[in-house]
Amino acid sequence: MNTRRFGLIALPYAWLVLFFLSPLVIVIKISVANEAVAIPPYTPLFEGGRLHVTDANYLLLLSDSLYWKAYWGAIRYAAIATILTLLIGYPLAYGIARTPVRWRNLLLMAIILPFWTSFLIRVYAWIGLLKENGIVNHALLSVGLIDTPLRLIDNDFSVLLGLVYAYLPFMVLPLYAQLEKLDPALNEAAADLGARPLHIFWQVTLPLSLPGIAAGILLVFIPAVGEFVIPDLLGGPKTLMIGKILWDEFFTNHDWPTASALAIAMLVLLALPMGLMRRLLRGIA
Amino acid sequence: MQIERLTKRFEPDAQPAVNNVSLAIDRQEFFALLGPSGCGKTTLLRLIAGFETADTGVIAIDGADMAGVPPYRRPVNIMFQNYALFPHMNVARNVGFGLRQERKPRGAVDARVVALLELVKMRALAARRPGQLSGGERQRVALARALAKEPKLLLLDEPLTALDRKLREEMRFELKHIHQRVGITFLMVTHDQEEAMSMASRLAVMNEGRIEQEGSPEHVYENPANRFVAGFLGAVNLFEGKVAGAEAGLLIVDSEAGRLAVAHSPLAAGTAVAVAIRPEKLRFMTARDTTTPNVLPGIVRTIAYRGEASTCQIELASGQLVRGTMSNGDGKAPVFLPGAALSLSFTPDAARLLQS
Ligand SMILES: Nc1ncnc2c1ncn2[C@@H]1O[C@H](COP(=O)(O)OP(=O)(O)OP(=O)(O)O)[C@@H](O)[C@H]1O
Ligand SMILES: [Mg+2]
Repeated sequence: MNTRRFGLIALPYAWLVLFFLSPLVIVIKISVANEAVAIPPYTPLFEGGRLHVTDANYLLLLSDSLYWKAYWGAIRYAAIATILTLLIGYPLAYGIARTPVRWRNLLLMAIILPFWTSFLIRVYAWIGLLKENGIVNHALLSVGLIDTPLRLIDNDFSVLLGLVYAYLPFMVLPLYAQLEKLDPALNEAAADLGARPLHIFWQVTLPLSLPGIAAGILLVFIPAVGEFVIPDLLGGPKTLMIGKILWDEFFTNHDWPTASALAIAMLVLLALPMGLMRRLLRGIA
Repeated sequence: MQIERLTKRFEPDAQPAVNNVSLAIDRQEFFALLGPSGCGKTTLLRLIAGFETADTGVIAIDGADMAGVPPYRRPVNIMFQNYALFPHMNVARNVGFGLRQERKPRGAVDARVVALLELVKMRALAARRPGQLSGGERQRVALARALAKEPKLLLLDEPLTALDRKLREEMRFELKHIHQRVGITFLMVTHDQEEAMSMASRLAVMNEGRIEQEGSPEHVYENPANRFVAGFLGAVNLFEGKVAGAEAGLLIVDSEAGRLAVAHSPLAAGTAVAVAIRPEKLRFMTARDTTTPNVLPGIVRTIAYRGEASTCQIELASGQLVRGTMSNGDGKAPVFLPGAALSLSFTPDAARLLQS
């Protein structure tokens, strides 16, 4: 590696190390402290020249099944949402990649457009749409399709809807980038050799878009697992997602040490499915 | 294969990419479509393969009308201009792709793939991906893949253009050899006149979507129907002029290069014509020799040595530049250097008269 390239890479890496690793170290430090009535609300690492470390917070996580349920809940919601975004996003991306060039940028803009409004406001807008006397129920009632309001919010449906809505662009964009690169002549070659449209999709288009699928899955699944705004605002009391529990520990219970231990445990536990999935995706791609 | 009055326009008011084309190709023929870039060759092939639909006209293969038949059901395979090999499959799987669509038993597919790879001399590289092959190797794989289903008609879109010169010349012979061995009808598209003439048993010259002339390479080369064909298929010298009359069975033309005699049936005096003469049919003589008809005095301007022959540019008295070919055969023929004065001559039956 020559020095110029080293310099180019070293600077952003130094930035990342500083602002990614140092908070991580702080969180680890808090996770081995005890709760305390103080500001900040935990015991210091060094007290009277002695190292003060406890594993009580981690043991608490193991003893209370709530945390396990929330962990699996998050993985389950994220996995279902990832599959749904893939099923919705693939045809969308394919369609965009196959429209004439002059329309494509417009369609891509439409995908990215929601980012121009704050994420929080958009989720609140969903509450307005879905609540019992919200716009959707109102419309359905007035048309006469239903005669009692539907329960559209504070359940699995609304959480998944929110996740799919929020993360769809992260699936569509890498898929589009991949599908747009595909040479249409390959489809013609396959048709010429006797493959019907559906077979062309299975044998040519899908295998060649696997890298895009892999990128989309990672981009949706990872942040969806840690999501806390959507389960908090759109989910009900039974919605257990680890991100929401973490939020509650920090800001409702002010139990910083437990929340930190939870954050670290989540990081470690998430590395596991991520590593597995990456290996799997690399295998097929 | 039979094509009748085929027309295709991409935009309603644009000039047609394929314009009223009729063509008949016999079984096992090696037919070449020759034309400049953008004349509609690829479009014509895509119409035959079924990727485009014609506005008007009929395509029939073995008597069966192809209208409305999707590409995957046509007894035609195409070798694409850029090969379009599947990048995620190795060579063997690429070649076997068409056979797998027919759900043939695996053993039969494998055996056929091996035979095809042998035919194109690619058996050793069967496990490679297209990205790991050279241009020439890819071209062989594309050919094997297109031959695999034994189509009634194989369409080849500029099959050799992407190769370097030496490989291209080798592959010409090989492709011809493969054509003889497999007994499939080949329709090849090219803009290289040498390629078309050396490989095809019959060819058609295309221009702006239309077929200008059709026939054996010798026939079209020796008897071009018009200025475009004469100029596109090989080099030609044209002398514009008017018919002056007839004399001793020869037509006399008053041209910019003087009075020329051409063997041709009588035409009305005053008809505008061009006398066309191929460079290799011009004889080089020392300036004093004036005993033969059609003598054009001039001065050698440039000589391009090409090995087996030299191409010369000669400036005539009228100022027109003429191209001639000087054989480098046995060293006995007179050798001219730039600046030398000489006379060019040709026999009346070596020249052709073009009216359009
Ligand atoms: N899909 C298309 N839409 C609009 N015009 C097209 C399309 N395909 C081809 N054309 C036009 O039709 C004409 C013929 O194109 P074609 O590709 O058949 O030429 P070609 O003879 O194969 O040329 P080349 O030797 O460069 O491959 C060109 O003027 C081209 O611009
Ligand atoms: Mg072409």
